[in-house]
Amino acid sequence: MRRHLSLYGLTFSLPLLIWQLVFFVFPLCFLVALSFWTVRNFAMRPDFDTVNWVTMYGRKVFWQAYATTFALAAVASVLTSVLAFPCSYAIAFKMSDRARRWAVFLMVIPFFTSYLVRVYSWQIFLSDAGILNVLFGWVGLGPYGMLNTVGATMIGYLTLSFPLVVLLQLFSLVFIDRTLIEAAHNLRCGRLRTVFAVIIPSARVGLVIAALFCFILSFGDFVSPVYLGGGDPTTLSILITDTTKSGQQWPRAAVIALTMIGTLMVVAFLSVRFAYKGRNA
Amino acid sequence: MSDDGAQDINRSRAVDWALRAYVVAAYAFVFAPILASFVFSFNSDRFPSLPLGQFSLDWYRAVAADPLVWEGLRNTLLVGVVAGVISTALGFGAAYTDYRYQFFGKQVYLALALLPPTIPVIIMGLAMLAFLSRMDLSGNALSVIISHVVICAPFAMAIVRLRLSQMDPALEPAAWNLGASEWQTMRHVVMPFTRPAILGALFITMAVSFDEFAIAWFVSGLNETLPVKVLGFLQGQVSPRINAIGSFVFVTSMTLVILAQVLLAGRDTTARRASGEQE
Repeated sequence: MRRHLSLYGLTFSLPLLIWQLVFFVFPLCFLVALSFWTVRNFAMRPDFDTVNWVTMYGRKVFWQAYATTFALAAVASVLTSVLAFPCSYAIAFKMSDRARRWAVFLMVIPFFTSYLVRVYSWQIFLSDAGILNVLFGWVGLGPYGMLNTVGATMIGYLTLSFPLVVLLQLFSLVFIDRTLIEAAHNLRCGRLRTVFAVIIPSARVGLVIAALFCFILSFGDFVSPVYLGGGDPTTLSILITDTTKSGQQWPRAAVIALTMIGTLMVVAFLSVRFAYKGRNA
Repeated sequence: MSDDGAQDINRSRAVDWALRAYVVAAYAFVFAPILASFVFSFNSDRFPSLPLGQFSLDWYRAVAADPLVWEGLRNTLLVGVVAGVISTALGFGAAYTDYRYQFFGKQVYLALALLPPTIPVIIMGLAMLAFLSRMDLSGNALSVIISHVVICAPFAMAIVRLRLSQMDPALEPAAWNLGASEWQTMRHVVMPFTRPAILGALFITMAVSFDEFAIAWFVSGLNETLPVKVLGFLQGQVSPRINAIGSFVFVTSMTLVILAQVLLAGRDTTARRASGEQE
């Protein structure tokens, strides 16, 4: 391995670096500057004024949206992790190599397949005259108003992150040392106890990272709260689109966006610290 | 079905069957919306529900007759192909850099190379809109391509990096010892070895770009891509036409993802076969 970069090496390493500096880091930094700009007569002007921060942080609706979004994302990551775990567990420990490869193959597909259309499709199931209510009707129940509820938003979040959470959990589970599990069984440790005392602690890093990704995805998603949740309660992402799209209030939208990034960084930092707690890594 | 190790662990058949049923239910949940979209795109009823009406291609005809859809499709394909090629090239470079070099600040380099997909798309969209409109680049296909490369390149990098980690580190030095230059080695050793991953990365990044709508919605202006059109449809009326477009979108991205996976798994089986022969 070479220690320093040659022209040859730079040809491969520089393009991505430049691209991400110019089109990723710089726009995010620009967002910080933008949050101090002022808007007069629907035109933005460069400035250094804290008015946007003061205005946004002084609004009750902002903090309500913040609390709602945080709570929804937290519930989504716990719910998705809990619902995904039996699935990942079964794929990791109860399937042949061949079946497991098929399971992964199938789970990768939806992760890359239009989330927007999948959410639209859920409307067909959940609407008042939709598939689920027709099925309920056949057994003499309902109809239930399922669309435009928090539950529907949760289904959307599940649609968004379930495949990724299963895959991440699965990758941490298949790397568990099988002899540990056999040892637990030989020591007469019951099934459930083995799961909670051996498997979950061994896979902790992967499980926490999976939950973290679910939190990040749900926290920033605006499709499910709008098209399944009916836009009520308002989440931060809805607040951003509204502020951006109607009436040139980009600086205020920047304040919301930066608050979201700050929150995500704190959550990510705490989760990673929790994941690696007690490990020398 | 189960290997020797698993048989010791499998103690309750009932639990095993329950778990299997659970897996089936989980996959049903994941694929239900995709299937529903297909089924109802061929259903004659205006309002999608049970019982099914008659088989009909009306919605596809309606979609095909809509010039706006064709324009969206053209934009999507243009953006997807260009963004896919650029992000695969950039991702390959970054993966090779990570594979071969140690340098000061490598952690920061890798963070930059891998972080973008973890930033919520809505924030990326806002940041790109503010930044690109400042540079007079917003509102056209170029701005969508630029933004999509940012979030697609990390996927390409991860895929190529995985393949490179399977390459014998002695392979490159061997070529140099035999008199090949670094460039020749790249051309005749590294690139052929990583070809499946390069193609896989190309397909995956195209699929990511093809499905990305939030950033595109923010920055595209009048040059909307197909998913942004779908977003527009959703804000308007509920129509089975969305199912027709949706089914088309599903087929396209599923084909890309399946192709990528077959390419990437193909090397797995050959590698396994090779190691099997050695035993």
